[in-house]
Amino acid sequence: MSAVREEAGEERSWSASVVRWVSRLVPRGQWLPDRQPSYVASWIYVFGVAALASLVLVIVTGVVLTVGGVTWWHDSSLGHFVNSLHLWTVEFLFATMVIHLWGKFVMASWRGGRGMTWLTGVFSFLVSIGTAFTGYLIQTNFDSQWISTQAKDGLNSTGVGAAFNVMNFGQMVLYHVALLPLGVLVMVGLHIVLVRRHGVAPPIGAQPPADVVSETAASGSTKGEVA
Amino acid sequence: MVTSPPLPLAIPLDAGFVHWGFVNLSVPNIIVIVTMIVLFVLALVVPFPKDQA
Amino acid sequence: MARRVVTPDSHAFPTRRYDLVKEFVTALVVVLVLVVVFALAVGSPDEKALTMKSWAANAPFDVVATATAELAGTSTSAGYGPPYNTASDGQALGPLKLQKLGGVTHPVDSATDLVIDPVSTLGDTATQQAVAQWTQASADQQTAWATSYADALTKATGGDPAQVASGDYGPVPVIAQGELTLAKSGVLTGLLTTSSGFYRTDPTNALLFMADGSYMAGIADAENLSGDQWGMMNEAGAYPGQPWMWLYTLWYQVPPFSTSDNADVQVWAVMILLSLVLACVPWIPGLNKIPHGLKLYRVVWRQWYAQHPETVSVAGGGDHPDPVTPDTGPKN
Repeated sequence: MSAVREEAGEERSWSASVVRWVSRLVPRGQWLPDRQPSYVASWIYVFGVAALASLVLVIVTGVVLTVGGVTWWHDSSLGHFVNSLHLWTVEFLFATMVIHLWGKFVMASWRGGRGMTWLTGVFSFLVSIGTAFTGYLIQTNFDSQWISTQAKDGLNSTGVGAAFNVMNFGQMVLYHVALLPLGVLVMVGLHIVLVRRHGVAPPIGAQPPADVVSETAASGSTKGEVA
Repeated sequence: MVTSPPLPLAIPLDAGFVHWGFVNLSVPNIIVIVTMIVLFVLALVVPFPKDQA
Repeated sequence: MARRVVTPDSHAFPTRRYDLVKEFVTALVVVLVLVVVFALAVGSPDEKALTMKSWAANAPFDVVATATAELAGTSTSAGYGPPYNTASDGQALGPLKLQKLGGVTHPVDSATDLVIDPVSTLGDTATQQAVAQWTQASADQQTAWATSYADALTKATGGDPAQVASGDYGPVPVIAQGELTLAKSGVLTGLLTTSSGFYRTDPTNALLFMADGSYMAGIADAENLSGDQWGMMNEAGAYPGQPWMWLYTLWYQVPPFSTSDNADVQVWAVMILLSLVLACVPWIPGLNKIPHGLKLYRVVWRQWYAQHPETVSVAGGGDHPDPVTPDTGPKN
C-alpha cells in the first residue's frame, strides 16, 4: 500500500496513469511469458504465429520494393525476385491466417470473454484483403489495368467509388504502402494484445485441477502438472 | 505473356481450369485450397510433442 | 432450462515451459525458406500493361469503334452515371440509390474528354475542320451522325473502317480516325491522363477509354479473368490468385445476381452482411455453438481429455456451469 501522499502524487501523474492502465490491460509477466497452459498441445496453434511471421515478411519485402519503386520489377531481375517474394509471403499470410481462423472456430476460442479477440481477428482478415487488393492496383502491369477497371464497378455501385478511385494510381500507391498497412498493424496489434490479456482459451468443458502443480524454479521440481 | 521463373521448372504459361456445373476454378487455386485443407487436417491429427516429465 | 456457462480463467490451469520468442523466430525462418523456394521455383506473374499503341496495332478497328461509341454516347462510360456523369442513376439496393448518393466526383464527358479534346490537338486542316463542325452542331445532330457511323461500322466488311457504306456521318469518321492516329503514335495516354499539372499520376480517363473497348476485355476473357468466369479469384498465367475471394465471386455466377442489373451493389451488400456475421459469431446464438456440435475440438485437445476424462463427461461437451463464480472476464 502506498502512503497517502505518494498515492495523491501518483494520481496527478499522467505517466503513472498510463503505466497503471497498461498493467491493467495486460499484467506484467503476461506480455511475454515463458510458460503456456499445458493444454496448448496441438499443431493447430502454430498458425497464428505463422501468420504473424508471414506478415513481418510481407512488410519487409514490401519495404524492399518501395526502395526500387513501382516499375522496378519490370526491368530488374532482382526486382522481379523481390516481387515474387512479396507475392508468396502474401499467399502464405492468407493461407496461415485462414487456417488459423478455421482452427479458432472449431475450438470456439471466443469463449471466456474473448469475443473481441475473435472480432479483431476477423477485421485483420478484412483489412488484409483490402491491402492486398490495392497491391494489385499498383503493379503497373496488365493485372493493375484489368483489376482496377473491374473493381471500380463494385465500388461505384455502393457509392464508395466516389471517394475511393481505384484507377487513380497515385492515390492507390499511398493507400497500399501507408494507409492500409497501418490499418492491418493496428488490427493485428489489438488482436495480439487481447490474446496476451486473456490467455489461450481452455478446452471446452475443462476445469482447472483442484491442486495444480506446475514445474517451478522454487520447488526445484521438474515434474509436470498433477492431473 | 508472363515472365518465366529463373529455375527451369515446367510451369505452364496458362492455368488449367476445372469446370463443374457453374463452378470454374483454376488449377493453381485448387492446389492452394486443397493444400490448406490438408494442412488443417494434419495440424489437427499429427501428434504434438508431449510435455517433458 | 438455460445454464449460465462459465469458461474458467486460463491462468488457473497447469502450465509448462514454452519459448514464444523461439517459436516466432522458428516460424520466421521456416516461412522465409519456403517463400524463397517458391519465389525461385515459381516466380510471379508480370503481364505487361496494355498501351494505346498496342491496342491500335492489334485492334485498330476497335479503337475507331470505341471512339465512335464515345461520340454517340453509347459507350459504357458515357452511360455510366456517378461518379463520372449523370447519364444514369446507377445501381440501387432496393430503394437505396447508393451509386447516386456518392455523387459525381470525377466528372467525365466521354465524347469531349475522351475523344474531342485529344483529337483537337492534331494540327492537320481536315481534323481541325471536323472538330469545328462537331462542336458547332447541335446535340441531336451529333448523336445522329455518331449513331449512323457506329451502325455502319458493325456492318463494315473485313473490320476495315474504310469499307463502311457511304452515309451521312458528318465529321465522325475523321475524328475517330484522328483518335486512332493519336493511339498509334503513343501520345493518346498522355492526353487522357487526368491532371493539368506537370505530374500526372491518375490514368483514370485512359483506363475508362480502354475499358470501353473490347480489346482489353477480350484478353482478360481469354485468361479466365472475367467476372462471369470466377475471374475475381484468378490470376494471369498459371499462378494462384485470390482463393479467399471465392464466396464474393460465387454470387455473380448464380441467380438472381447473374441476371440482375444491380448485381454489384447486391453482392457487396451480401458480403458486407456476411462479414459482419463472421465478426459477430461469438455473440450469435446457434452459430457460436457450431464448434460444440462439430466436436472437432476433441481432436485438438485429445491429450488434455485423455488426462482429464472427467471433463469429457460434461453434458453436451459444453463449458462447466458455475453459479458461484460468474464470468467477469480475465483474472490477472
